[in-house]
Amino acid sequence: MAYTKRFDGRGFDEIRKMEAKVGVIENATGSAYFAFGDTKAIAAVYGPRTLYPQHRQDPTQGVLRCIYDMLSFSVAERKRPGPSRRSVEISMVTEKALIPTLQLKKFPSSVVDVFIMIMEANAGTRTAGINAASLALAHSGVPMLDLVASVSVGKIGNKLCVDLIKEEEDYSENGEKSATDIPVAMLPRFNKFSLLQLDGKISKEEFNTALKMSRDACHKIYEVQKKALLQTYKEK
Amino acid sequence: MKEMHRRVRETKYREEKIEQIEQEKDEYKETLVRDIGIEENGIEEKKERIFVVPGHVIATSMDLLPGDGTQREGNNIVAIRFGLLDKGSRYIRVIPLSGVYIPKKDDMVVGKILEITTSTWVIDINSVNVGMLGLAEATREFIPRNADLSKYYKHGDLVLAKVLMMKPRFAELTMRDSGRKLDSGLVIEINPNKVPRVIGRLGSMINLIKKETNCNIVIGQNGIIWIRGKNPEEELLARDAIKKVEAFSHIPELTERIKDFLDKNKVKVP
Repeated sequence: MAYTKRFDGRGFDEIRKMEAKVGVIENATGSAYFAFGDTKAIAAVYGPRTLYPQHRQDPTQGVLRCIYDMLSFSVAERKRPGPSRRSVEISMVTEKALIPTLQLKKFPSSVVDVFIMIMEANAGTRTAGINAASLALAHSGVPMLDLVASVSVGKIGNKLCVDLIKEEEDYSENGEKSATDIPVAMLPRFNKFSLLQLDGKISKEEFNTALKMSRDACHKIYEVQKKALLQTYKEK
Repeated sequence: MKEMHRRVRETKYREEKIEQIEQEKDEYKETLVRDIGIEENGIEEKKERIFVVPGHVIATSMDLLPGDGTQREGNNIVAIRFGLLDKGSRYIRVIPLSGVYIPKKDDMVVGKILEITTSTWVIDINSVNVGMLGLAEATREFIPRNADLSKYYKHGDLVLAKVLMMKPRFAELTMRDSGRKLDSGLVIEINPNKVPRVIGRLGSMINLIKKETNCNIVIGQNGIIWIRGKNPEEELLARDAIKKVEAFSHIPELTERIKDFLDKNKVKVP
């Protein structure tokens, strides 16, 4: 049976309900919360502050350091706390997705620490994490060229979908796994991608269409992010 | 005829002089407003508060100069920080509302002695980098050779110092003319971006708090505030008032509110 209707009844180019909030952690320089439906990420930024150990300092510009992790209660089966192979990889790609927007030249030999914690996971955690982190960075006052918006696209069966959920990532037809997952991050003002990963099989034409869908989705997310930032000081 | 010419010249000269003085006054006022923030009655109410996010195109013109937190991209000026928009006749800039303290020349900061080396004191100034206080800049006293530096300032001491110069790895401080050691008192920390609001226009807010609580208050531009009063109750009242200013910094006519608050909670001195 082909995949004709999504598991949660959404349209194929529809993003889950988004929620964004800035300034959720009192003690951090900047902080934000971002959610795609059940996938909830919280990000905290500390710094710029002096980087130790000293040998890791860069005298020409500041350094970005990201730490991504899933909290032990974020998934059905308890996740063992601490870094894993997976979380180290995601920390690295998050860092690379955020660095093109930041202007760290003004803070030599210092570091900007970004901590991303996933409170609840239902696929797309790295994209939610990047969205939260970009809001938190803006809140922390680090100069940046643009916000970073991120979303996952994919091919489920033979349909292209935006913002996959866990069931779709695990989708299989005739006992064979037939889901492709493409997390994407972009700088909406420049229409340039800063993260592109691909897990699965997809043809070239479909890939191009998927990227187009992701671009439209990222612009929608961008609006939500901007709105969240502008709301920060208004409600009090 | 000659006499008349002279007179005309003189009056002209005088007029020019007066104009110049007026202009200087205006400029002075402008710098004050800029340094202390666009706060207090009148100005704030007239100005609409516009928030901008990074990447926001805030102006499309070559006439304006991009100020802090903005950047020129071709014909456009783009915000690269999150904050309030401040548009003057010649410049445009973004006033940040959050973020760490970045030292500027001539800022007065309150710092804590972290370390004593052979010729300098290393001072924590609540910023990206540390502050360095050299021997020559530390005090007006003569410091003899091989003196024990902890006699002057020891670990954990609080000092008021001025930023002399920005170096890539630290801020050079001086205490020669306006710095001093801050002995026993109450120390609180606030968001460094709210410091102008706590001071108020021409010091109106802080003078009010000082007067009503009989406290001696020193505000560092880095957001560290030192309070010393005659009794702890008054110090705590001053702290509460400052925290209130920080929390409600965006409300107009804040000075009135703070005045009410201080009147209501006035400490009865026996």
